[in-house]
Amino acid sequence: MPRVTSRHEPFWASADVGIESFDAIVIGAGINGLVAAAALGRAGRKVLVLERAERIGGQVRVEEFAPGFKAGSWSSDAGWVPPSIIETFNLKLDLVTPDVPLSVRGPAGSLALASDPGRLSETLRPLSRTDADRWPQFATRVHRVAGFLEALYQLPAIDIATTSLRELVALLGVGRRFRSLGREDMTEVLRILPMSIQELLDDWFETSLLKAALGVGGVQDLRQGPRSGGTAFVFLHHLTGAPLGSMRGRGYWRAGPDALVGALDERAKGYGVSIRSQAKVAQILVREDAVAGVMLETGEEIRASVVVSTADPATTLRGMVDPVWLDPEFLRAVGNIKYRGCTAFVLYAMERLPESLGGPDPLDGVVSLTTDLVSLERASDAAKYGAVSDHPHVEYIVPTARWPALAPPGKHVILARVQYAPYALGEGAEWDASASDRLGHVITTALERAHPEFEDRVLYRQVVTPRDLERRDGLTQGALSQGELTLDQILFMRPVPGWARHRMPIAGLYLGGSGTHPGPGIAGGAGWLAARAVLDDR
Amino acid sequence: MTTSRYDAILIGGGHNGLVAAAYLARAGRKVLVLEKRPVLGGAAVTEEIFPGFKFSVFSYVVSLLRPEIIRDLDLPRHGLQILPLESTVTPLENGDYLGSWADPDENRRELCRHSPRDAEAMSQFGRLMQHMAMAVKPILGMMPPDPTSLAPSDLAGMLKLGNHFRSLGPDRFHALFKLMTMSSADYLDEWYEFDPLKATKSASGIIGTFLGPRSPGSAYVLLHHYMGEIDGAFRAWGFQKGGTGAISEAIAGAARGHGAEIRTDAGVAQVVVRSGRVTGVALENGDEIEAPMVISGLDPRRTLLQLVEEKELPGDVVDAVKRFKFRGSSGKVNLALDGLPDLHCLPGAGPHLKGAISISPSLDYLERAYDDAKYGEFSRHPYMDVVIPSMIDPGMAPPGKHVMSIFVQYAPYNLNGGWNNDRREAFGDAVVNTLARYMPNLKDRILYRQVLTPADIERITGLSEGNIFQGELALHQLFFLRPVPAWAKYRTPIRGYWQCGAGTHPGGGIMGASGHLAARAILGER
Amino acid sequence: MLKTTPFHPRTAPLVRAQTWRRWAGYQVASSYEPHPDREYAAVRNGAALFDVSPLHKYMISGPDAERLLDRMVTRDVTKCRVGQVLYTPWCDASGKIIDDGTISRLEEMRFRLTAAEPNLRWLTMNAVGLDVTIEDVSERTAALALQGPLSRAVLEQVSPADLAALRYFRLVETTIRKIPVTISRTGYTGDLGYELWVDATRALDLWDALSDAGAAYGITPAGIWALDLARIEAGLVMLDVDYHSAHHALIEAQKSSPFELGLGWTVPATKPGPYNGRQALRSERESPRAWAFVGLEVSWESFEALHLDRGLPPHLPVIAWRVSQPVYRNGAQVGYASSGCWSPLLKRYIALAHLEASNSDPGTAVTMEVTVEHRRCQARAVVRSLPFFDPERKRA
Repeated sequence: MPRVTSRHEPFWASADVGIESFDAIVIGAGINGLVAAAALGRAGRKVLVLERAERIGGQVRVEEFAPGFKAGSWSSDAGWVPPSIIETFNLKLDLVTPDVPLSVRGPAGSLALASDPGRLSETLRPLSRTDADRWPQFATRVHRVAGFLEALYQLPAIDIATTSLRELVALLGVGRRFRSLGREDMTEVLRILPMSIQELLDDWFETSLLKAALGVGGVQDLRQGPRSGGTAFVFLHHLTGAPLGSMRGRGYWRAGPDALVGALDERAKGYGVSIRSQAKVAQILVREDAVAGVMLETGEEIRASVVVSTADPATTLRGMVDPVWLDPEFLRAVGNIKYRGCTAFVLYAMERLPESLGGPDPLDGVVSLTTDLVSLERASDAAKYGAVSDHPHVEYIVPTARWPALAPPGKHVILARVQYAPYALGEGAEWDASASDRLGHVITTALERAHPEFEDRVLYRQVVTPRDLERRDGLTQGALSQGELTLDQILFMRPVPGWARHRMPIAGLYLGGSGTHPGPGIAGGAGWLAARAVLDDR
Repeated sequence: MTTSRYDAILIGGGHNGLVAAAYLARAGRKVLVLEKRPVLGGAAVTEEIFPGFKFSVFSYVVSLLRPEIIRDLDLPRHGLQILPLESTVTPLENGDYLGSWADPDENRRELCRHSPRDAEAMSQFGRLMQHMAMAVKPILGMMPPDPTSLAPSDLAGMLKLGNHFRSLGPDRFHALFKLMTMSSADYLDEWYEFDPLKATKSASGIIGTFLGPRSPGSAYVLLHHYMGEIDGAFRAWGFQKGGTGAISEAIAGAARGHGAEIRTDAGVAQVVVRSGRVTGVALENGDEIEAPMVISGLDPRRTLLQLVEEKELPGDVVDAVKRFKFRGSSGKVNLALDGLPDLHCLPGAGPHLKGAISISPSLDYLERAYDDAKYGEFSRHPYMDVVIPSMIDPGMAPPGKHVMSIFVQYAPYNLNGGWNNDRREAFGDAVVNTLARYMPNLKDRILYRQVLTPADIERITGLSEGNIFQGELALHQLFFLRPVPAWAKYRTPIRGYWQCGAGTHPGGGIMGASGHLAARAILGER
Repeated sequence: MLKTTPFHPRTAPLVRAQTWRRWAGYQVASSYEPHPDREYAAVRNGAALFDVSPLHKYMISGPDAERLLDRMVTRDVTKCRVGQVLYTPWCDASGKIIDDGTISRLEEMRFRLTAAEPNLRWLTMNAVGLDVTIEDVSERTAALALQGPLSRAVLEQVSPADLAALRYFRLVETTIRKIPVTISRTGYTGDLGYELWVDATRALDLWDALSDAGAAYGITPAGIWALDLARIEAGLVMLDVDYHSAHHALIEAQKSSPFELGLGWTVPATKPGPYNGRQALRSERESPRAWAFVGLEVSWESFEALHLDRGLPPHLPVIAWRVSQPVYRNGAQVGYASSGCWSPLLKRYIALAHLEASNSDPGTAVTMEVTVEHRRCQARAVVRSLPFFDPERKRA
């Protein structure tokens, strides 16, 4: 953790009048940052976005990882962009929902989870009649419950412990939405959320492949395994905004992985927002309990009375702010946020795809190699003790099947997502070159097992561990979630209890990253709510 | 309807059934309690399983018995006497130990040896837990309203609940929310740094559940340690003089005093239902007894799936009961000892032997014990809560000899390949061998060993899958969801058929609250 | 077993009536003689020697040591020079007192903090992101308080330090008969006095040196009972008696701000750096206060009359009491006294009290509850400003 003190002479102590001044500074040019900046710019504010990387986009950056081969987003889907953002910025982006968003493959068999519930039902029928019969009902229920979460996610985090009149009105709105679910689904919302995904799936289904395919959604970027309470919620969270029947995500942008980033960049600039890349904020300057501006790593100071940080809460509050301005109890709460990055990626530049990778279905969905929940649970066991399982969960997408331009003609990119690769390795082990090489080898072997001749086609391999994510993207502990999605870290508890409304204890400081409500996967959701909080305040 | 001799029949002479019976009898009802075993108490029984040695065979400590029940039923007059169990010693793997003593100064000093910061955190953590216990207490004592219902009583209940949460203020409400959702390991991580301390404290969060210390949902059970304290009725944890069976006898005594009739060796085969209404019970010996009301103190599976026919219940209720999770995870080993064992880390017969000995040297130790059970094996090195009741209550064993009670986790009900005699003894060996690492002379002292697996607990007490709480205390099985949605207020869909066991709200432990609330519901008190 | 202080081998044989008590987990003497009168008398007339080792002591060092303390306590630590000692409370974010103690600046980047309660965890929480080392030196450092008009004379016998030049709330690192010690001109008696900080391994040597050199001055080992009388006369608050730590209070009403404890002077109107509770204390300074901490003088005539009514001579406690006593004005409760005693020096019955601010002006007539022969009665009392006793020699 960098040490931040304000012992140097800040600009207000000097007579330097050449300092640039803005109404608001947004830290981070990811989707949340761009949404926040565009929303503030649209309201007439003079806004500056500061991005530490060379390119904007945050976790969505099209960058070359091997000559001629580009990686897109870490995420296998576009995320859910709340309708108010689409409408406000008049975003006209074409979203593609794969016919088969998710499939499982393994020695025990394979299963393609078509997004059409009727079609999937028929796929399931030879495996289990009951599962086939239950599938449409399950898909509908999941869709309805996720729909309730969508309602919650478009509002500032509701909190029963606060009592203002406005609060109650919002509560009533949510209450109405809740009641509209009907009694049975209402009970199910309350019953399901704390459950484990395994319990939920065991209640419904008997086909192991089906449960394995669905179960992975409950542990995405989480250190826990599928038997942990709250994983049913995670499963539902990642289905907010998803079309009925899609069990993995909301599809992808036809125009490219960074289509949304590009569109937001354009809108923001249209509102007069300035965006600077390679501008890493070293410190948020505070004067008399209020934000005064920022200082860059270069020592340059920029004045602003509002700072919206989309960096994660720990990076912002325990890395950029002189701690003496914050209550120790608050700092302790921030220090207690669980990050626990445990997702690693392996990028492959492929000469060709192995034959077995093709099939009747297009390749634009996610393929999971985990065929039963026990092995997923076992993979998580290792992480509890700071080890990488010898048989981790591996899933992959073929980005070039979606966007051929990411690789030279005829060649391909495969992005494998791996869990669990815990950020903190036990017993003094480090994520050094050999550890990450070992991980790469394990993944290549797993892919080779699923797709013979895979390894022969690989031109280049890059392993990205949680350490790398931390270094590259400034994500604390490499957590893509900016804070684990556990029940104690959502809604009014995110990022810390009592401070879920994006306003921080220092006047003018706001958090707007996915470490705040509504969290990861809700593209721009947090940035939008943070900007609204700014506009409400001043 | 013909008049019957009884107003109500209670199935099961466990402590909740007896509490309900006592309250109903006290209100003037003619009550009959039917217990299938020769002894009363269900899982709270004392039995002389080896000549001269008396054991609280299953449940062995008391902390949560509701003070109002003690007062209302005047239990001390009927034999309730709680002896203090005030210390815990955790032997560590390095040969040292972690003690938790009753005196705050001594306790702080002991903890200071391991972590001065933790010693400080202790008092603030205790204060928070006290607040949490105060926040939870009214919820435990209320009829759980159904948030999905628009019935006036439910709306009023929800309003009361909402006001209660708001009255806590944001800090306490948020702390409670965390407690309800987090794992005990994570919750304790926010306060403490010394791993064996976290392990020992989190152990109380896994008792009776199929959760590890790192499983979300285990933090809530931590509260139980603190619940007893706020009422000032007695110390947090204690032994009943004469074993837990004496508590059952005390409650039974109170019930009889109010005119209740109690029969043992009277197993109920079936609840008789005619046109959706209860008319009585049929005993295993073929006798039928009529009554307009039948109250089951058994767990939800036996109450709703075994004592009545499925066709008497709506399909969704049957489905909900079927998916209610029991998953017994604990076993018990009772030892008759020729003399006191020595603790490797604290040799000699010190006061520590009058308290608990917790085999919980680290969080990883507990977590690995859980890992074994997750995949269908008993823990090779289990968590154990060891007490020697004869140290405090000498009447439990012949002079100079002792009884040792070992609560063991994890022993999954669904063991790979199933439980049989060999597996039971292998489990017993794992327990004794592990304990002998900390008590080198233990094996030489053993005169008799009783090993109880979840399958044994089910066979003897009837508790489904051997779950000591009549169903897991998981968030989705609590409050208005316990045992099943819409039927959490002690009624069942069959008219005249009620439930009062620990499988209903608030459930678990020798608390008596389920029985008390059920009796209040039956008597129409709110 | 309770802990014993490094002086225990010397003090234990002196405790004639086995009058021990607990202090922060230690076994310490309530008084050495069966009756504390002579020990108290030594505080005001000679030299009394108190074993104050159970105080919690922390060594704070490093580049951010000053920043850590400055952000934690109410007083301006940046103004504390090397060799200076500050008395200060520290608060939570709501401006409610957690504890109070002294800060000694031993070097530019090295401070010693004393506290009544353990504060290691709180210090560590405050030190997040700061470059500072915090050491709990409580057990390693033994402490004595030598208090009374002759204390300087005793020390001058054994120390080369220029004690006449050592001003009030200043410290000097020196030796006593070659034993390295820190002497600070501080104390908890409101009299001329010093506190001596020594490595625990040299504690017995220091005790012996002082006993030896002090014999001619009638140096008297004194216990907590005598200390309690002296600190009430001096109007000094005691944690867990006159107030509760915000960290331990169960309800808001049990917490106090510095203003409510008469410690408003420790909250600077202008302090450049931020500190815990600053915003709350700033607005409290601007707004009328609800509570005041004052002295009460119980009317002897009234007290005596209440006893005579029952046919009894007035009965006075020999030691200070620490039980809350309700205080009334015109029949309505306006506060409570938290500790009190018969002042042997002032020959008055005095108490420390929390009163509603509107009833706290000096001279206000109130009544305090006293129990005479099993009956609760109201003794007349008058509000006094604190301290009751403040001799010139304390600062001179």
